[in-house]
Amino acid sequence: MGRDASLRSATISVLVENEPGILARVVGLFSGRGYNIDSLTVAAVDEAGRQSRINIVTSGTEMVIEQIKAQLGRLVPVYRVADLGREGPHIAREMALIKVAGTGEKRAEALRLAEAFRARVIDATTESFIFELTGGTEKLDAFLALVRPLGLAEVSRTGIAAIARGTRTI
Amino acid sequence: MSGEQSGAEVLLQALKEQGVEVIFGYPGGAVLPIYDGLFRQNAIRHVLVRHEQGAVHAAEGYARSTGKVGVVLVTSGPGATNAVTGLVDALMDSIPVVCLTGQVPTHLIGNDAFQEADTTGITRPATKHNYLVKRPQDLARAVHEAFIVARSGRPGPVVIDLPKDIMIGSAPYSDPPEDGHPSYRPRTEPDPAAVRRAAALLKGAKRPIIYTGGGVINSGEEAAALLGTFVRLTGYPCTSTLMGLGAVPASDPRFLGMLGMHGTYEANLAMHGADVMLAIGARFDDRVTGRLDAFSPGSRKIHADIDPSSVNKNVPVEVPIIGDAGRVLAGLIEAWEADPKAHDRAALAEWWRTIDEWRAKECLAFTQDAAKGAVIKPQHAIRRLYEMTVALGREVFVTTEVGQHQMWAAQHFRFEQPRHWMTSGGLGTMGYGLPAAVGVQVAHPEGLVIDIAGEASILMNIQEMSTIAQYRLPVKVFILNNQYMGMVRQWQELLHGGRYAESYMAALPDFVKLAESFHATGLRAESVDQLDEVIRVMLETEGPVIADIAVDPKENCFPMIPSGAAHNDMILSAATEGRAAGITDPGLVLV
Ligand SMILES: Cc1ncc(C[n+]2csc(CCOP(=O)(O)OP(=O)(O)O)c2C)c(N)n1
Ligand SMILES: [Mg+2]
Repeated sequence: MGRDASLRSATISVLVENEPGILARVVGLFSGRGYNIDSLTVAAVDEAGRQSRINIVTSGTEMVIEQIKAQLGRLVPVYRVADLGREGPHIAREMALIKVAGTGEKRAEALRLAEAFRARVIDATTESFIFELTGGTEKLDAFLALVRPLGLAEVSRTGIAAIARGTRTI
Repeated sequence: MSGEQSGAEVLLQALKEQGVEVIFGYPGGAVLPIYDGLFRQNAIRHVLVRHEQGAVHAAEGYARSTGKVGVVLVTSGPGATNAVTGLVDALMDSIPVVCLTGQVPTHLIGNDAFQEADTTGITRPATKHNYLVKRPQDLARAVHEAFIVARSGRPGPVVIDLPKDIMIGSAPYSDPPEDGHPSYRPRTEPDPAAVRRAAALLKGAKRPIIYTGGGVINSGEEAAALLGTFVRLTGYPCTSTLMGLGAVPASDPRFLGMLGMHGTYEANLAMHGADVMLAIGARFDDRVTGRLDAFSPGSRKIHADIDPSSVNKNVPVEVPIIGDAGRVLAGLIEAWEADPKAHDRAALAEWWRTIDEWRAKECLAFTQDAAKGAVIKPQHAIRRLYEMTVALGREVFVTTEVGQHQMWAAQHFRFEQPRHWMTSGGLGTMGYGLPAAVGVQVAHPEGLVIDIAGEASILMNIQEMSTIAQYRLPVKVFILNNQYMGMVRQWQELLHGGRYAESYMAALPDFVKLAESFHATGLRAESVDQLDEVIRVMLETEGPVIADIAVDPKENCFPMIPSGAAHNDMILSAATEGRAAGITDPGLVLV
């Protein structure tokens, strides 16, 4: 194994026992060891609500990402750690609620862009829209960049949910 | 309570089921129901320490000298926060400890109640895992799980936070889970293919080195025995970290002594010059590697460890093996013997010739003026202590504090078996040795337990002399009194122009009187002619002793690889100036 200094982004899913403090444990691991968190989501994923899935987007050198996976893997309530990008193709989606305020031509342009991006209008006043947009992080970023000059007032993003393609499971 | 047991009784039953014989603890309001439960039974013994940090170190000493889980009981709030240093110490050195902390009743949690602290929050990064038991039905399972977690995989400390109402109210008991822990299943059995690759790589080596650490000790007596077998089988040189001393007998000619910052010349140069390295149960920490980009630059590396996060953390390795040290060694021996190819005997002989030249430097040599009244060299004091204790033929356990004396003990006291050397390696906690000695002596009432101490460190947990008196523990405290925080003074001399800021120990107590005030025997040696007599009396005294040995205040601990320097930039003696010997500005920021 070489010392590759180049950075890569990794999407890591962690299946955990849904116990109090587990999120603090994961977040504390990242802050305590100086790893980046670009996005983090967590929710219960089994019927009984006993297991949660945490999706983390992080970045670092190959050695750091391997460390992150090993560090997550040795947490006591962790069942499995999957490096989605490495283990095969995967899908990652994020949802954003985007408030654009304005009138006249800017308002009309925002609506046209929303259509082009397949964003849904879920709230409207004569001076504002709230769009709901789902997609990859890049799509959301692109839409936000376009509506920013058109009166982007507020954004709420979920962070990514990710899953492997095909029949493979975590 | 309808005939059911109280939470405290369930707790004690679970502890008994886990084989707990002794608890090191200190009471308080939140744990009174547990103390009441302890009072009404006889199976588990309680040792009352004098500070909660001491309780954890005592449990560590107990655990390290027996291989069992050490158990601690402290109250909420300050009891728990006082224990934190011990928990981090156990975490860094992978020592199995279960620490029970009292907590305010569940309905008061979060209310800033009296003696409330967010113990699980505070100890989350200080433990391997922790639990807050909020429901009676979770109690027994949490206790059983805590023991599984503490002792399996890479061992470590586990906290169970116990609200008072849960201890008073009734709770159901359940037996330990039969199929182990639901999510925590550390890998112990190594990948046979990786083991075979490792064995093949080792067979092809011309300049091999075996580098072992605390993981071999933690794995158990069998792992240490297998390591000895493997070292004899291969004839390869081997070195050990501070934590791993005793796994290979110091008397084995293939043992090169400790490596790292204060390791031997031959061990460090062998690491530097090796072409194949086998690391087992060691974690390439900065005290061992020195400057990373110059660490053993030419070697192909095999790293076996039970903790996957230890592998490829600091040093990239070619053959990673995840598994228990003992299982890995058994596999290596098998693969080595199964492989018909012979190793390169000529190259190995040549390698040993080179190593023997390094050995001939006698890097640990020192000069002791034998004249009456001459000042005692600290190294000489340890050597004599070693020789005179060995001559007794008793089972000897050594604990240490932290500083120069600790390094001299590691260099000059020779350990022949695992679990007889207890020192704070990863955290470097001054004040470790005395309470650790309490734990060792409790576990081994017949053993000779010696805390090799510095006069500064010993004051950090000196209150444990009172515990020693109460339980009539015949612990011997051997203070190398150089009147300085010697290790700090040494760095100031070498790195900070001899400006000895705050490292002189002014106003030291009279240790003889101090010993007497704690119902122990106090002895003092002022000069070399008094040394043997003091050691003799100390060893002959049945009860606890503090022996205050006045040693050369200016002595430095060598060899030394300064922080951030390479193994071949070692300072061998006081004759070399620090700055001239590879200490760089980037090195200066390191600790
Ligand atoms: C709790 C704690 N505080 C501070 C230090 C930093 N430190 C390391 S060695 C040392 C001096 C130890 O002095 P002494 O016990 O007299 O041992 P000596 O080095 O003189 O043998 C200090 C202050 C430490 N390791 N632990
Ligand atoms: Mg000192």
